[in-house]
Amino acid sequence: MRNLIWLAVIIAVLVVGTGAGVLFGSGTWTPKLALDLQGGTQIVLTPKVNDTTVTEEQLKQAVAIIRQRIDASGVSEAEINTQGSSNVVVSIPGTPDKETVARIEASAKLDFRPVLATSGPTNEVANADGTTSTADPANIDPNLPSTPLVQPSNGSDMNWVTPALAAQYQAFSCASEDVQSASTAPVDLPLITCDPSNTVKYLLGPVEVDGSDISDASAGIITTQTGASTGQWAVDIVFDPAGTKKFADTTTRLVGLTGAQNQFAIVLDGLVISAPSTQSAITNGKPQISGGFTQTSAKTLADQLKYGALPIGFQVQSSDTISATLGAAQLLSGLLAGAIGLALVIIYSLIQYRALGFVTILSLVVAAVITYFTVTILSAQEGFRLSLSGVAGLIVAIGITADSFIVYFERIRDELREGRGLESAVDSGWRRAIRTIIVSDSVNFLAALVLFILAIGNVRGFALTLGLTTIVDLVVVALFTHPMLQLLARSRFFASGHRLSGLGHMSLNAVYQGRGRFQVTKSPGVKETKLKSASREAARRQTIAERKAALDAADRGES
Amino acid sequence: MATMGQFGNDLYSGARSFRFVERRRWWYLISIALVLISILGPLARGGFQIDKAFNLGIEFTGGSEFTVSNVPDTNQQIASDAVATVDSQLVPKISIVGSNSIRVQTQQMTNEQTDAVSVALATGYGVPDTNVTSSFIGATWGADITTQALRALIVFLVLAGIVLALYFRTWKMSLVAIIALIHDVIITAGIYGITGFEVTPGAVIGLLTILGYSLYDTVVVFDKIRENTTGQTRDASLTFGQQVNLGINQTLVRSLNTAVVAALPVAAILFIGAFVLGAGTLRDISLALLVGIVVGTYSTIFLAAPLYAGMRMREPAIKKNDTRLRELQEKARERADA
Repeated sequence: MRNLIWLAVIIAVLVVGTGAGVLFGSGTWTPKLALDLQGGTQIVLTPKVNDTTVTEEQLKQAVAIIRQRIDASGVSEAEINTQGSSNVVVSIPGTPDKETVARIEASAKLDFRPVLATSGPTNEVANADGTTSTADPANIDPNLPSTPLVQPSNGSDMNWVTPALAAQYQAFSCASEDVQSASTAPVDLPLITCDPSNTVKYLLGPVEVDGSDISDASAGIITTQTGASTGQWAVDIVFDPAGTKKFADTTTRLVGLTGAQNQFAIVLDGLVISAPSTQSAITNGKPQISGGFTQTSAKTLADQLKYGALPIGFQVQSSDTISATLGAAQLLSGLLAGAIGLALVIIYSLIQYRALGFVTILSLVVAAVITYFTVTILSAQEGFRLSLSGVAGLIVAIGITADSFIVYFERIRDELREGRGLESAVDSGWRRAIRTIIVSDSVNFLAALVLFILAIGNVRGFALTLGLTTIVDLVVVALFTHPMLQLLARSRFFASGHRLSGLGHMSLNAVYQGRGRFQVTKSPGVKETKLKSASREAARRQTIAERKAALDAADRGES
Repeated sequence: MATMGQFGNDLYSGARSFRFVERRRWWYLISIALVLISILGPLARGGFQIDKAFNLGIEFTGGSEFTVSNVPDTNQQIASDAVATVDSQLVPKISIVGSNSIRVQTQQMTNEQTDAVSVALATGYGVPDTNVTSSFIGATWGADITTQALRALIVFLVLAGIVLALYFRTWKMSLVAIIALIHDVIITAGIYGITGFEVTPGAVIGLLTILGYSLYDTVVVFDKIRENTTGQTRDASLTFGQQVNLGINQTLVRSLNTAVVAALPVAAILFIGAFVLGAGTLRDISLALLVGIVVGTYSTIFLAAPLYAGMRMREPAIKKNDTRLRELQEKARERADA
């Protein structure tokens, strides 16, 4: 009974959870459907203009990285592929928000550069007489020397700032289009750029460490030295050994410098997202990037850094809704086929297990209810989408779920054949069946877990369905089917071995004559069967003797 | 069906017994033949090139994409008909983009076919030829997904092998369970190569489902065999092979019932998918599943369990005990005859 109450609690929690999602969040009463069934949005990404030469290899790499980024945000069953020779098409179910598009499109090229100089965002120059004038980029004297007179010894060396560069820096305005090209600047030369809000202009040295040296990144809340939380979000980076070495060397050098040169610029896609001053050398290879992050933006950047920068910068060329590729006809037919299949299963169960068949059907209904609400909650919370293959997977799960009941029922029959009373047969049959069910379900669950962790793309969605149905199977057989049978075993209908109960004496050799008393009838092919004692133990021995005799008979008859 | 119950009783007591273990060499032959056909069939179709041996969907190979813009009518059937006029074997993926564009994706076409489809689409929708653009699209199921999935599979097989070896306390059960699994996957995949049914991501997902089902089925039967060959319920008068055979027979009703219950819904999908709707995702997925369920059930009974018995019967201790038991059984028979 306690089990049934637990089951009621689980179902109630699922229903209330779904309801709460509908009332207070973005949840719905039905699971969200995947691209093939519902359609979604097709985003065509095209390389930014200055990346005219895109190789096939780069494009493939971009697709792989975008897929990992999308996977990291949930199980969405997105489709990503190349189109023509330079475009990437991302199809996402539903309507993606701005965050999602940004997550996909940003190149996430991260560089660490030393700061050489900073100033206001404009190209206004203060003249000696107190007035201001605007330095025009077009007016830079082309004859100014643009190669350093002395070869700079390190990234912070002011010899990088040639007269030509100084003039360019002065003439640079954050409002100009030049900021756009900063993301593809050469890594071994200084860079002029701004912060994302265009309030500070930077002159930076060459790249000291770049994103490819990052081995892991995660979002976290900044804590003070005493461990208190500041509530501000940051991205924690872990460098690989090479990156750690380079980063330690650079920070060691910067500590000794003063002014702007003490600062370290963290450049994301050409813009300085943060330029902290260097208080001490960081030698453990684990810097933290702060800079006005929200929880979402910190998580997004961490994911982007973890899976690497896109080899090329992309921009959205078009974003359109697309309809489902499988017409409504396919889904309807699938559901119709599922219904026909279920009806057949019901008929078969009733023929095979008579009244016990109803227990199977009820158990399947309970399993269906739990699965439905879990899928709905997963789809609201984790972005899980149900595709047609997912629906087919759930239909196959009927077989695996029903198998637990079949294993259990057959075990009970075995116990009855051994001469046990019904109540005791249910209990000992259960003890043996649940072992089998647990080990076989564990194997399935292991498959689901490994695939979910290691695989990418659609395979993860499948893994989730498999894992889910496996757990539901265990829950239902333990919390519903078994307690139901315990209850039924006490009823007259089953205990008397009614011939429609599915456990009746017609289908089992032992004629049940009331609590603990049996008479075993002769089975065909057995010559000697005499049951002297009515005790359970004797009945058991007799059946084994029967079995031996029968085996001998069978051997002789056929060989 | 009282007869089924009676059947179960007889199988349980041993009054009726199918000789799965004794005739195992026959079953091995059948399995080897099936596996060979499943490997040679696709090879005959396309040699060692996977894209020729199997009819891979555009999700794996990429293909051609047509966009028809500014159509007055977004009926998808028109596009389907237009593609069919050029090659009736092609199954296009059609969707509506935005409010008035049609996107048609097909397998890779030749230049002539591409032109022909473009014209057919323009005529079908009644728009100028210039409204139809075509381009090549890459695979949505890229090599990266396949690589990761294969890696995950290998990790799973190793882990599952270890878990089963620990649970059953013999690596031999674990090994034959994995052999049966590979047998099932090869045959199921072979059916696709032989029939030329399109291999879509759905079919691959179906194949993964079968992987789970096959192992699950084997574990359930092995658990009964383990019970019969070890522990308290062991019948000491039976040889090892007889004990295993009894286990298979005792779980035979369960195996049949499970296979039927699992196969019925899938067969319904395959029937509706193949005969009512024609080619499409449903047909592709359910074929893998149906074949896999049948083969998975078969391999547990006819391959895995007899193979296990065969392996264990070679162990000296078991061999010695079996010889002794066989003599005893022979004597008992003679006494009974006398």
